[in-house]
Amino acid sequence: MEFLSYLITGISLGSIYAIIALGYTMVYGIAKMLNFAHGDVIMVGGYVAFYSMTYASSSLLGASPSAAMAGLSTLVCVLLAMVVCTVLGVVIEGLAYRPLREAGSLAVLITAIGVSYFLQNAAQLLFGANPKNFTPVISGQLTLFDGQLRISYVALLTVVACIVIMVCLTLFTSRSKMGKAMRACSEDKGAAQLMGIHVNRTISMTFAIGSALAAIAGVLLCSYSPVLLPTTGSMPGIKAFTAAVFGGIGSIPGAFLGGILLGIIESMAQAYISTQLSNAILFAVLIVVLLVKPSGLLGKYVPEKV
Amino acid sequence: MKNYFKNMKSITKVDYATYLGVIVAFVVVTLLQSAGLLNRSMSGMLVPICCYICMAVSLNLTVGILGELSLGHAGFMSVGAFSGVIVSMSLQSSVPNEVVRLVLALVVGAILAAIVGFVVGIPVLRLRGDYLAIVTLAFGEIIKGIINCLLVGWDENGLHIALNIDGTKTIDSLHLGENAIQIIKGAQGAAGNHRIASFPAGFVLVMITLIIVLNLVRSRTGRAVMAIRDNRIAAESVGINVTKYKLIAFVTSAALAGASGALFGLNYSSISADQFDFNTSILVLVYVVLGGLGNIWGSIIATVVLYVLPEALREFSDYRMLAYAVVLILVMLATNNNQFKALLGRILPKGRKGAAANG
Amino acid sequence: MKKRQITAMLMAGAMCMGMLAGCGNKDDGQTGGSSDTFTIGVVGPLTGDAAIYGTNVLNAAQIAVDEINAMDGDIKFNLISADDVNDPETSVNAYNKLMDDGMQLLVGTVTSKPALSVAPLAYEDRVFTLTPSASGDDVIEGNDNVYQVCFTDSNQGSRSAQYIDEHFDGAKIAIIYKNDDPYSQGIRDTFAAEAKTRGMDVVYEGTFDSSSQTDFNVQLTGAQSAGADLLFLPIYYTPASVILTQANAMGYAPTFFGVDGMDGILTADGFDASLAEGVYLLTPFSADAQDEATQNFVTEYKDRHGETPNQFAADAYDAVYILYEAIKASGVTPDMSNEEICDGLIQAMGDLSVVGLTSAGSEMTWDDNGAVSKDPAAVVIKDGTYVTP
Repeated sequence: MEFLSYLITGISLGSIYAIIALGYTMVYGIAKMLNFAHGDVIMVGGYVAFYSMTYASSSLLGASPSAAMAGLSTLVCVLLAMVVCTVLGVVIEGLAYRPLREAGSLAVLITAIGVSYFLQNAAQLLFGANPKNFTPVISGQLTLFDGQLRISYVALLTVVACIVIMVCLTLFTSRSKMGKAMRACSEDKGAAQLMGIHVNRTISMTFAIGSALAAIAGVLLCSYSPVLLPTTGSMPGIKAFTAAVFGGIGSIPGAFLGGILLGIIESMAQAYISTQLSNAILFAVLIVVLLVKPSGLLGKYVPEKV
Repeated sequence: MKNYFKNMKSITKVDYATYLGVIVAFVVVTLLQSAGLLNRSMSGMLVPICCYICMAVSLNLTVGILGELSLGHAGFMSVGAFSGVIVSMSLQSSVPNEVVRLVLALVVGAILAAIVGFVVGIPVLRLRGDYLAIVTLAFGEIIKGIINCLLVGWDENGLHIALNIDGTKTIDSLHLGENAIQIIKGAQGAAGNHRIASFPAGFVLVMITLIIVLNLVRSRTGRAVMAIRDNRIAAESVGINVTKYKLIAFVTSAALAGASGALFGLNYSSISADQFDFNTSILVLVYVVLGGLGNIWGSIIATVVLYVLPEALREFSDYRMLAYAVVLILVMLATNNNQFKALLGRILPKGRKGAAANG
Repeated sequence: MKKRQITAMLMAGAMCMGMLAGCGNKDDGQTGGSSDTFTIGVVGPLTGDAAIYGTNVLNAAQIAVDEINAMDGDIKFNLISADDVNDPETSVNAYNKLMDDGMQLLVGTVTSKPALSVAPLAYEDRVFTLTPSASGDDVIEGNDNVYQVCFTDSNQGSRSAQYIDEHFDGAKIAIIYKNDDPYSQGIRDTFAAEAKTRGMDVVYEGTFDSSSQTDFNVQLTGAQSAGADLLFLPIYYTPASVILTQANAMGYAPTFFGVDGMDGILTADGFDASLAEGVYLLTPFSADAQDEATQNFVTEYKDRHGETPNQFAADAYDAVYILYEAIKASGVTPDMSNEEICDGLIQAMGDLSVVGLTSAGSEMTWDDNGAVSKDPAAVVIKDGTYVTP
């Protein structure tokens, strides 16, 4: 039973990693850049949701709102966070990354790091250094086996959200026109342009989707571990990046699988081996996997042509 | 003599100018310091600047010359720092001379970091591109995790080392005897170090690093390494042993990082493993990229400027790091902007243009 | 050379010039060390993860300084500060910067890890140091001019074990602590040692570090399945609030027992304070205390900064007043050298006794080592306030 609850912890943590990793992987697949500021967009999403939810519960809703009203206002707040993050993502892309389209990938990487520093420090100035305690978007828990196993609704919601997002993204990239344009851009930007695809607009769109996902991830992350700080996003960001590489960067099912596995490994290592070494163990597993499958679990192997 | 200088290749000239620049900078700073013209915050930054210069130059060997993105360079620095501190603290009674102890600490730090670099390098260098980057990041985090569990103490019977894996051991579990020195206390790091690092030592380390890296780059080995960077398959087809040369560059880079880590560790009374995390690796990478990939003197200047920048920005108090971030972004945008480059090309004297083609 | 390199060089040159210009301006503004005021320096994390502690200390110290300057006395203070981002390396730079600006007395550093790097420097420079909140035993060890306002960690650990043994007989104890924080590790170590000698039953120990301080499901499950009915939390209130929330979410309700770092939990932004009902903590300061000094301080702090001060703020406020009392007792003046001031204050500290916000009405005194002696009071949270159990 203990094992089961560790497993559930791992899966729900992994689902959060997976949602972040999906954003990473989409941006990487198309812009071929490591967007280190992604984790900080998550943090912004968390703050927007926190402030709008606090405002809604203190001023808009009455003392004891009906369940439906409370649910509706939470939903609106999450949507607001998504909108803000989407705008933020597109603005960052337009101001900082687009001028560097022709530059080397390292130049973009350093710029992304600069953006990450910027967001963290701006957040501290705007929202203060005081940690905020986030109220989970949904409370309560499911009790199974006479109370021996408890699953919080947040964990369930996270897993469901993750699966829904993964399925939608897969359908979007394989079926819709924009999705096809994205895949074309990731294959060959020059050729895509020749075929009449607006490359810049497609990349902006990718950033918009990735940032909206980051907002959802931010809300879920803060519901799961309810402390919100200007640096909240950075460690999950790095872990999600690892998850994306683990599953094969650029691959949507890969990011999902990588995220879930990473969450489970982390939770199991903490529970059964050592909380001290859990990060080291997690990264050691990653190294072993990459040595056996050098392009990640589900990554495409691209043979080198001479 | 004049002829000799004229006939020198422009690359060699740049190398000599780099050495000369560092020596002049050292002499000027030392003179200023002895004349009392340097304030405390400037002189306090001299040793860390030397350490970061070595870090940046050695990382440039991996990223610029070998062409592999490494995100775990701070891991090697950490190995060097902790082994250096262990050496220095355990030899405190037997080797009272600080200079000898410092040299020993640096050498041991370099050797241990080289060994770790070798162990890390074998699997890492099989991978390519971003996969390689993430694995170096992973190794950096693993090194940090292991040092976080490390308990080291010293008494008459020698070194006592234990790994605190389940998190319940403390320094007392080592059962140290009388007159013991507690060196590393797990995640709390090492405290009570004697600060024996000095600016002249930092200068010597920078010079040694430069001599090693520049000579390596201009040698047959260096040309082989650059051939691998530019086209691995072509290099392989002319009979270059790719793994061997990659490892040479990677291990050299790790060893130099270890030495600079040892100097860094001995410049502070306390160090802890989380000072050498992913962010430190990134910091050094920023120095390298901003200085120009493969450009050694660029790394030196970028390191000095970017290390001093956050301190100089203290005037902005709360907005300090925000300003740093904005400067970083703007510099990256400006240096990669074609119009800006064209403008600079027009301003700069024409004689430079010939050299520009060579670089 | 590539053009890019030249560009980089020019940029570098331009930036250097800018910096020199910046430094030039700074020298004009130096007012520290003037003959009629003491310059107090605060080194602490004003940005980054631990910024909450540094900003609280700085804000509270400023309040105390303003109050003292408004009095008619001869002693005036000038407060300067530098950010150390809770990083030992930066803290040394910050300390050097303040020395350049003429610091005579150091209130800092705020956190223990930087203190281990800065205290030896202050010892060599003979700058009298009073740290509000760096509670590590190593901070004062061997440095005769370094004093603490907060308890040492070992003191808190053994007191907690003593209290638990006396009031919760036969409890099965679990400990969750942060093992890369000397504060948390230090309290845990002495707690565990004291618990062992008293034959207390510690059934589970879980750890976390800076990179994993937002998720405790694994540790809580471990404690729950080990059957622990008392959870000892020698940690700060931020991770503690996560633990309370997550324990509540999984339906685990042991008795929670915290130390002084737990103070602040009731006023944490957005935290459901009802979860903290029944939490025990050993603390010298409570923002809800009804005495006049605390009330005035809390009101003033709220007016200026819009939030409730935590225990760090109270420690810093006390620190400035302790300096004030020590200066009064020793008769040192601002025109003396740092060494003379330092020696004078060390003399005075031995006989000094001060009642402050963090001494719960008792008097604080200091031993030769620099450790404070004051009475920690155990309180329990009931209806959103601290009450004596």
